[in-house]
Amino acid sequence: MTDSTPVLELRGITKRFPSIVANDSIDFDLAKGEVHALLGENGAGKSTLMNVLYGLYGADEGEILLNGAPVKFSSPKDAITRGIGMVHQHFMLIPVMTVAENIVLADEPRKGGIFLDHAAANARVRELAAKFRFDIDPDTRVERLTVGQQQRVEILKALYRRADVLILDEPTAVLTPQEALDLFRILSELKADGMSIIFISHKLHEVLEIADRVSVLRRGKLVETIPVAGATEESLAQAMVGRAVLLQVEKTPHSPGAPLVQVDDLYVRDDRGIEKVKGVSFEVRAGEIVGIAGVDNNGQTQLIDALTGLRSPESGSIVIDGEAYDNPTPKVMTDVAGVGHIPEDRQHRGLVLDFSIAENLALHDYRHEPQSTRGWLYPGRLVASARRLITEFDIRGGGPSTAAGALSGGNQQKVILAREISRDPKVLIAAQPTRGLDVGAIEFVHRRLMSERDEGRAILLVSLELEEILSLSDRILVMFEGQIVGEYTPAATPEELGLAMAGASSHEAVA
Amino acid sequence: MSEQTPKLESGSDMNVAPTTFAGKLTERFNSAGAISAVVTTIIAFFMAGIVVLATGHNPLSTYRAIFDGTGLAWLIPGYGDRSAGAENLQQTLLVATPLMLTGLALAFAFRCGMFNIGGQGQYLAGQTVAVLVGSSWAGMAGPMHIVLAVLLAGLAGALWAGIAGFLKATTGAHEVISTIMLNWIAIWVADYFFGLNGPFQGPVQFNPISSDIVSNTHLYVFWGNPLLQGLDIGFFIAIAMLVVYWLILNRTTLGFEVRAVGYNPEAARYGGINVRRSYFMAMAVSGMFAGLAGAVDILGWQFHLATPDIHASSIGFLGIAVALLGRNTAIGVFFASILFGALTIGTSTRQLDPSVFDPALASNLTLIIQGLVVLFVGADLVVLGLWYKLRRSLAPSRKAPA
Repeated sequence: MTDSTPVLELRGITKRFPSIVANDSIDFDLAKGEVHALLGENGAGKSTLMNVLYGLYGADEGEILLNGAPVKFSSPKDAITRGIGMVHQHFMLIPVMTVAENIVLADEPRKGGIFLDHAAANARVRELAAKFRFDIDPDTRVERLTVGQQQRVEILKALYRRADVLILDEPTAVLTPQEALDLFRILSELKADGMSIIFISHKLHEVLEIADRVSVLRRGKLVETIPVAGATEESLAQAMVGRAVLLQVEKTPHSPGAPLVQVDDLYVRDDRGIEKVKGVSFEVRAGEIVGIAGVDNNGQTQLIDALTGLRSPESGSIVIDGEAYDNPTPKVMTDVAGVGHIPEDRQHRGLVLDFSIAENLALHDYRHEPQSTRGWLYPGRLVASARRLITEFDIRGGGPSTAAGALSGGNQQKVILAREISRDPKVLIAAQPTRGLDVGAIEFVHRRLMSERDEGRAILLVSLELEEILSLSDRILVMFEGQIVGEYTPAATPEELGLAMAGASSHEAVA
Repeated sequence: MSEQTPKLESGSDMNVAPTTFAGKLTERFNSAGAISAVVTTIIAFFMAGIVVLATGHNPLSTYRAIFDGTGLAWLIPGYGDRSAGAENLQQTLLVATPLMLTGLALAFAFRCGMFNIGGQGQYLAGQTVAVLVGSSWAGMAGPMHIVLAVLLAGLAGALWAGIAGFLKATTGAHEVISTIMLNWIAIWVADYFFGLNGPFQGPVQFNPISSDIVSNTHLYVFWGNPLLQGLDIGFFIAIAMLVVYWLILNRTTLGFEVRAVGYNPEAARYGGINVRRSYFMAMAVSGMFAGLAGAVDILGWQFHLATPDIHASSIGFLGIAVALLGRNTAIGVFFASILFGALTIGTSTRQLDPSVFDPALASNLTLIIQGLVVLFVGADLVVLGLWYKLRRSLAPSRKAPA
């Protein structure tokens, strides 16, 4: 950080949308060689602010200064030519083209004025990649790269266009932990080389790790801009949400009761007929949370589908509260067995987005009294019970007749929680219950799961987030390649679990 | 920190698009409301006006002549020739009646995410059964006979569409393919039934026409001269079905299931809805509406089924345009069917003054306007799609803080 003129300065940026002020008179500045984090919950206005800066939106008020001189960007092209590069969450790459072709696209070195000079393009990309130790081959087609590598291509693209300000929009959201570390290393090197970086995130520990300063946005307003030195996760979370947030759920000692879920030697195939669950056995008792940890695509999805009747198991048995269910339908599992299910894909499976909140809350109960009698539906009763649940679960952003699709992710998840919990299930299966949610909503979901455990429900928590598994579970099972490869207590370290998740320690299970 | 799928920032977590074409259609319709339907119609008329202009006629006076021909002017007190207006309006509503019903048929299937192209075959199944029932049991009491004919015709339509629903539910056969094939089966079966030497050919040896239905099964003509095809109570059957359509969709568990499946079959399945059963039931209800359209035409004014008419009819296909323009809502289908009925009557050669408009081109103008409406409904979907995307990208406005 230096005290000279900032590379970039935003003064009093205001952006209004119908019915909401997305950015309310925001001041922001970026020094040369600085990583400045932009922190805020979903919908706080981070993306809007960056889109204004990148020329995607025009600001209603305020000005942008580049090296002290006012500028006006009417399109991303303007921003790019003035040295601003942006790496979006969704990569803008052409899969069938090579890395080099993607990078030089729209600014190609030419031979004879018309032909792409492949050699020159490759050489320049190679040079850039080598400088920052980006392990990447310019001749590979983008579709063959991992997500982390694709992100590096995006960064290279910005470097190739001589960006000196780099905007990264939630860059770690799509990365594995290892890839995220690589990214941080790259960012440090870029910084050392004089690059100024805006790092958008809502993950507190990342901000503390990588940023020099942090600006916190809340509901379109700038709360504070502070140096990262001295800030803590708690203080940042409080600034972000506007109140003290419990980052760690308080866990009462658990007193498990009778086994409510008993799975024995279960085999399940996926849609393509590949065996994804291979002989899984476990039980979940009343009043306990059993967490299933594992890297994505190790059979968790198929296991959940089998337990909820969405997929027929190949063999094995599922016993809920003493009753065996062979080949049940989803209806039997919800209505008869009493299994509540918070699905991992909230928008595709958990909600009918075009349905109202009331209709979504009644997605199972529409067929029962009092919501309907002999096939006649009583929309008034749907609305009345929706009103109760909206209050009880603090669902914000609309009333009973608001479309579920108009809600924020956190409130959509509350609708699902409200629906599943209000039916008083014996067993609750929560798959990725906080995926894509912000701090405040995560806290709500975690607290609620904990209190449902204390109510005596058997809860099966399946999550890719190790922290979540560790903080909520009473027992932890690790799933790898369709099998349970170990059982751990919550005292286990992330490293132990990480090894098991990678299939390394399948014989060192701790009881 | 750990592995995660892409973060959901403002906007991107708004909506997951439905998977079927019909589902997308319903979603987009819901997002736009009635205004875009009205605009679509206006643009279609404007474009057709250019066609008229190109033929060297004045579009305004042509439209005026068409409007007078529809009889809609009768609704304006003290305007024009009252008795001619009344007669024309009777014709308009008579033509609108089956369109209302086939429009409902298409709309109901759309709401379940299906494209029922088989309205024509289901309509014909209804006509066939109505003729067979109406021309049998001459001794039966009139009202009983009518009720029986109407019910069985509706059932025939339901069964005919139900076949496509059953095939979709059990084998996954696409309803567009199976309903098109069922159309041809219906057409050629009816052609065989009532054609020359067919098992149900009427009494005249060289006429490929069915027997007439017995006179006490004719629907009561409540407005106009029964001998000049006045308006019969089939119109009220269609109006009643608009209400039935709304009630089924919004006030029954079947309707809840149909709508859930139409928007998002996967979420419906998760909710414990039997998606296959919903497909079957939605097609059956859809076919019932089309079958009823066949019944009201036969019992209302056709009284028999002639094989040339079987091949010429396009009531079922027009139902597609009615449902699209009517945005799959009961009220929309009502107005769209009146519009198409009015166009048909207003441009029929018997109404138009040849000095205003060339008779040869007159009836073609209906087809041109109909075609333009369908085209613009299609274009409309593109426009709505773009609008929808734009709105999504500006989504913060619709979102409440988490």
